[in-house]
Amino acid sequence: MVPISYYLALSAVLFGLGVVGFVFKRNIITIFMSIELMLNAVNLAFIAFGRALGQLQGQVFVFFVIVVAAAEAAVGLAIVIVIARNRQSLNVERINLLKL
Amino acid sequence: MNESLARSILVVSLIKVVVLLFLVLTAVAYLVWFERKVAAHIQGRWGPYRVGPHGLLQPLADGVKFLMKEDTTPAGVDRFVYFAAPLITMTLAISAIAMVPFGPRSVRIFGVTTPLVVANINVGLLAIFAITSIGVYGVALAGWSSNSKYSLLGSLRSSAQMVSYELSLTLSVVGILLLAGTFNLSELITQQAGYTRGFLPRWNLFNPTFPQILGFFCYFVAAIAETNRAPFDLAEAESELVAGYHTEYSSFKFAMFFLGEYASMITVACLASILFLGGWLSPFPQTPGMDWARYIPPAVLAITGIALIIGGLRYTNLFGRIVLPVLGLILFGLSFLCSQPGVIEAVQGPFWFLVKVVFVLFVYVWVRWTLPRFRYDQLMRFGWKVLFPLALLNVVLTSLAVVIRK
Amino acid sequence: MTPQLLIFLILAAIAVAGAVNVILQRHPIHSAISLIIVMMALAGLFLLLESEFIAAVQIIVYAGAIMVLFVFVIMLLNAGVEERTNMSRMARYAGVPLAIFLLIELAYQVGAATLSMTPQPAADNMTRGLSMLLFQDFVFPFELTSVLILIAILGALVLAQRREGVPAKGGPEKIN
Repeated sequence: MVPISYYLALSAVLFGLGVVGFVFKRNIITIFMSIELMLNAVNLAFIAFGRALGQLQGQVFVFFVIVVAAAEAAVGLAIVIVIARNRQSLNVERINLLKL
Repeated sequence: MNESLARSILVVSLIKVVVLLFLVLTAVAYLVWFERKVAAHIQGRWGPYRVGPHGLLQPLADGVKFLMKEDTTPAGVDRFVYFAAPLITMTLAISAIAMVPFGPRSVRIFGVTTPLVVANINVGLLAIFAITSIGVYGVALAGWSSNSKYSLLGSLRSSAQMVSYELSLTLSVVGILLLAGTFNLSELITQQAGYTRGFLPRWNLFNPTFPQILGFFCYFVAAIAETNRAPFDLAEAESELVAGYHTEYSSFKFAMFFLGEYASMITVACLASILFLGGWLSPFPQTPGMDWARYIPPAVLAITGIALIIGGLRYTNLFGRIVLPVLGLILFGLSFLCSQPGVIEAVQGPFWFLVKVVFVLFVYVWVRWTLPRFRYDQLMRFGWKVLFPLALLNVVLTSLAVVIRK
Repeated sequence: MTPQLLIFLILAAIAVAGAVNVILQRHPIHSAISLIIVMMALAGLFLLLESEFIAAVQIIVYAGAIMVLFVFVIMLLNAGVEERTNMSRMARYAGVPLAIFLLIELAYQVGAATLSMTPQPAADNMTRGLSMLLFQDFVFPFELTSVLILIAILGALVLAQRREGVPAKGGPEKIN
């Protein structure tokens, strides 16, 4: 049986990699993908904890996280499309003015 | 003790995987032959006739052709994705068949008893749907990486169509899940055993609680759209968009797409026969009076053998005169082998499963060569505004029927 | 080295390699493919933790629908390679080592704090238990999520429409 702390350490590493990607990358879609990576790491942590405590609430929460991530991705990517159309660029350093 | 047991299970699984791979690849090749013959007869002509008797060696000729063609790679493609896309399509299409149970009993291979399925997962149905979902990437990435306008447009349309109809596909199966209460494919089949009203088998199509006719219709139409077949094949038809997402692929990579499409057709047909038509269950009741029904598989083999012998003797060339009667004799001998009491029970399940799958595939091919093509906006409108509400209606009615029965 | 530990190590290595690749690749589509591989590895890890339904949902919904959305957007926007600007000296000599240190520290602290946890035996039919919870105790959030998805669909539709009168900017230039 694999100890639960291994799963949680992996989840922490993935979350950290998501943060690193969020901070270092310049393309807005890649930043979005780093956010999804963070959400996935959190899903793994939820399931691992649920298994450690013998409850199924962990899986219920993962279910909801996946659904909310879907809704967020849809709206976020729609916003990205609008920005790309207006500014002709996907570089976040060029989308730093409130004026269009 | 534990070690040797684990090792023998591993070896048996490996053998099953190799056998299944061989069977699937052969089945895909001969499905192409089957389609060309049926298409030809619908259109009033003969189809492949010269390469081997009745064109039976045509798949071999096609395979050799695909291997010997020049393998071009267009300029400016994204190499990794360009090579990965057909691999993804073919791998996923073939691995979905691992979850399909071919028969009830366990067979004994070298002393190890094992069921006739490679992977009897508890959520087998969900696993097949998961594999179908990932199959969208093969199409999307192929079109994108080809660095060509036609490919990109074709792949965008095709993948949007696949994603839309995938929803109706999964929803049309929910009715069955409500009636059965399990995702396990083998259990879904065993729950369809038995007969209502004396003679009608209790398949999910004729289920006494709520016959899943609407579900079968929705599933079948969604499956045709999901595998990009006519009448929903706008994205890859010859007269539209050159050839859609596989325009820029040649020789073996194109053959992989081709294989992937036909393998996913077989998967969908297997799933239709498991979910709605009772899988490997025989349509004849198991009462003592109907004992003759158990002899149908050997009888079919015997009749095919005799037909091959008689047909072969009519050929003028040496190949027909010798090879075909020998094949016929082999089949005749096999039919005697199958009617032995030990073997006849094992042959029943796979035989009826094969019959149902071939029937579903025949309807598939029939629909392709009979109905005209949908235009893209008609296709999307049909998927979202007609098929999806119908599937939802099926779920609602089935759940009402289940609650009322309780 | 039990088989489960071996499978865990392989899947974890794939997941971490994929995540590092998401950051290192310059073209968004390669990052997207790496993220899909990470999600498949995570689905395998969920299977190892015996949550089969969530593993299937992860592949069908997350890897099979949400990432398809990402890939569509990258294809539609014709996103190109990220322009290569050299990282500032601060980022290269202080940022990257600090990032690596953050990862190691997180993994160590989280691992050490939970070392005493042992996995409880899995319930008999987790899918059934999950659906009981979902439709009895958590039915209100469940219905709320359907409203949430409806709002998201409407929002995405309204946002991504082209206004009438604004001509579509043509041209196949790559946007980066």
